[in-house]
Amino acid sequence: MSAATGRRRGWGFVAPALIWTLAFFIVPFLVMGAMSFATLEGRSLIWGLHLDNYVEVVTRAYLWRAILVSLEITLTVTVVSVILAYPLAAIIAFRVPPQWQRLVLLLAILPFWTSYVVRSYAWLLVLAREGLVNQTLMNIGLIAEPITLANTRFATVTGFVHFFVMLLTLTIYANLVQLSPNYRRAAMDLGANAFQTFRHVILPLTLPGIATGAFLTFVLCIGDYVTPQVLGGNNELTMPQVIMVQLGRRADFPLASALAIVMMAIVTLAYLASARWLRLDRV
Amino acid sequence: MTASVRLDALNHWFASFHALRDISLEIEAGEYVTLLGPSGCGKTTLLSVLGGFIEPTQGTVRIGDADMTYVPPAKRPTTTMFQDYALFPHMSLRDNVAFGLRMAGIARNERHRKADEKLDLVGLKADSAKRPHELSGGQRQRVALARALAVEPEVLLLDEPLGALDLKLRRAMQDELKDIQRQVGTTFVHVTHDQEEAMAISDRIVVMNTGRIEDAGPPLRIYREPASLFAADFMGEMNHIPARVSSDGAQTLLATVPAANLPSGEATLCIRPEALRQDGSGIALGEATVRDATFFGTHTRAHVIPVAAPDMVLVAHLPPTRLPETGAVIQLSVLPDDIRMFTKETA
Amino acid sequence: MRTAAWLYLILAFGFIYLPVGALVLFSFQDGTLPVPPFNGPSLKWYAEVLSDGDVTDALLHSLLVATGSSAVAVLLGFLAAYGLARHVLPGSAVMRVMLIAPLTVSYLIVGLGLLIVLNRIGVGLSLMTAGIGHVVINLPLAFAIIYASMGAQHENAERAARDLGASEAKVVILVTAPMLAPAIAAAFFLSVTLSWDEFIIAFLLTRFDITLPVEIWSMLRSGLSPRLNAIGSVVFLISVTAVLLLEFTVLRRRRS
Repeated sequence: MSAATGRRRGWGFVAPALIWTLAFFIVPFLVMGAMSFATLEGRSLIWGLHLDNYVEVVTRAYLWRAILVSLEITLTVTVVSVILAYPLAAIIAFRVPPQWQRLVLLLAILPFWTSYVVRSYAWLLVLAREGLVNQTLMNIGLIAEPITLANTRFATVTGFVHFFVMLLTLTIYANLVQLSPNYRRAAMDLGANAFQTFRHVILPLTLPGIATGAFLTFVLCIGDYVTPQVLGGNNELTMPQVIMVQLGRRADFPLASALAIVMMAIVTLAYLASARWLRLDRV
Repeated sequence: MTASVRLDALNHWFASFHALRDISLEIEAGEYVTLLGPSGCGKTTLLSVLGGFIEPTQGTVRIGDADMTYVPPAKRPTTTMFQDYALFPHMSLRDNVAFGLRMAGIARNERHRKADEKLDLVGLKADSAKRPHELSGGQRQRVALARALAVEPEVLLLDEPLGALDLKLRRAMQDELKDIQRQVGTTFVHVTHDQEEAMAISDRIVVMNTGRIEDAGPPLRIYREPASLFAADFMGEMNHIPARVSSDGAQTLLATVPAANLPSGEATLCIRPEALRQDGSGIALGEATVRDATFFGTHTRAHVIPVAAPDMVLVAHLPPTRLPETGAVIQLSVLPDDIRMFTKETA
Repeated sequence: MRTAAWLYLILAFGFIYLPVGALVLFSFQDGTLPVPPFNGPSLKWYAEVLSDGDVTDALLHSLLVATGSSAVAVLLGFLAAYGLARHVLPGSAVMRVMLIAPLTVSYLIVGLGLLIVLNRIGVGLSLMTAGIGHVVINLPLAFAIIYASMGAQHENAERAARDLGASEAKVVILVTAPMLAPAIAAAFFLSVTLSWDEFIIAFLLTRFDITLPVEIWSMLRSGLSPRLNAIGSVVFLISVTAVLLLEFTVLRRRRS
């Protein structure tokens, strides 16, 4: 087999996937980019290099506020999720007997596989005015009146944290168990206590994994529509919610596209800011 | 710093697996002791018990005058050099070596000075700013040694420290380890499955099998006068000749040899290949036919078949000056001191 | 220290299972509101849901889209992985990046882009368009999983097969694919679970025939109802079954 025929065959194998990605991802993406520079006059679309949509994003309060809200929620969720997931992953990796670890981990992330529309709805059950939390607190006499939990940022963050704690537990656990147990033994052997071992050895060694997981959380969280829509209500809107508003009521595709591009730009910035910590090839 | 170690009646079970059986052992301060045995013999478990990583089910560990059985690794005057070295990849060599001193709260300048001193001891002072991944296997092994020595332990525990190195480097590092041990004077306890390594570096070898100590003593004694058939075989190649002991001595198909201290019954007579002689001195073993012979530089190694026992194949190390031809007939003999005998019980 | 660890584990599990527990428990509610106090158990909501034509249709649509799009994604992903792992092609790094790229973009953007293009060229929305969108998001995963498992040890087996006279197609079908069966199965199961659960692309790219998550979404507008609990529990059960199946068959075998 000559190099040339081999190469032609190689192309034959790769081509279908490439064409699919090109036709249904890259082209639509470019069209969306072009669309963000188009503008609507009445109901007719005018292509061109208009910056109207981007101007609108920075000048219209409900649009730029959505960016802020999204960023605030996403950062809160990322930080809280990492802080809650790390101990859970560490307990599974270091305290649970090895033969049980896989099972405990599997159980810890099983609800991860609930459809996420259903998962958000399930949190609504828990947090609603008549829901589980309020009823329980009232029954034990801690509160007299139901407190507002659903349709708040708290509810959105709770729903997100629930999801990402499971995701991060998985990635951090994977990181912890691939460390040689001798690192911990060596640190303790040399006189480090449990905290020092964590601070000087385990944490630095798992930092790339944490950064990767946190970045994944950031990307998935900032782009999600369902959780804020179901749990956050309409008191404050996130970027995906604002995009969906443009698509629904007003069919303003150019503005929706511009918002989508802005959202991507934010993710790209986040990536560049954290790139040196990330090991995306080791997810 | 150095201290003696005393193990008393140690027993350890992993679930139902009896990993250590009645281990009692005394190690003198400054001694270089090797725990030798096949994998699964309990040598690494024993080292972990010494290091404090495993609490034994029964028995006591004393280091110096203190009972250390339940003292955690951090508080023991021992340090362990791990098989995979466990160097912290995110720290420079200097920070690795200084880690124990840092944990002890020693000021930065002081601990860096000490770390450099130890790196100098292992010949890596110039590389103190490098990270472990920039080093070769042999260099990592040295850093691990420097790190373990930096906290000036009384006892250093080495878990197959040369296992990851290739043969030539391993032999070179053996000499260096022994040399460093002489300089620092610390008690070294070294786990290995390589009997040549054990002989090369140890003051004393402890041969282990199935959780038990089979034999313990200086290399020469263990090689020439092993206490058990297992120790005899593990230390090097050995010819087994079945024998029956009676009041006349041990009778074999080749000869009858004196066996004053042995009870009557079946026994195994052991002779090392290099103890089989052609010069006729000692006890005659009769004629044997050479089946094949291979030249090894220091000797020729021949498979020979005794005429009196055609089903038996013996390995003999013959002088390297001449390669015997296949089918050649030679006279075999052995000096009485070169024979070891084990009854079924002692085996 | 030890007690604190176990306490944390228990609390974490409580948090993780709280919503799922409430969902499943109140699907057996004998009443019209899925909130305390619990009356029951009753199976009437399951009976109602399973006899609801819209719901069962949506369920079938979801299965169809999930299996169909996963099959396409895995096939394309496998071929691309084989092409890139076994042939030296110019620009292969660029192609790998291109194939992985959809993973880095949120589903909303993937759906939005496709919606704009389909609108422009006048293609009507259907289960097919949703399926196309699902292939776009699952193809990178399938490719990555299969590509990662194409180690050099497999390459030698392929060389041996070629040496013994097998044609390229025979090599792929008789040697490569069976050797990679665990990775292919894992990629397929993962795709099915993701597509089965996917909401936003299906929401944007379907119109009359809709998938289950979209159907659930439209029911959500009417607020809390044990019907939703029942559907949610069924969906959860199906997803969990798929995951456990994957865990105890494909992955277990791969480890041994």
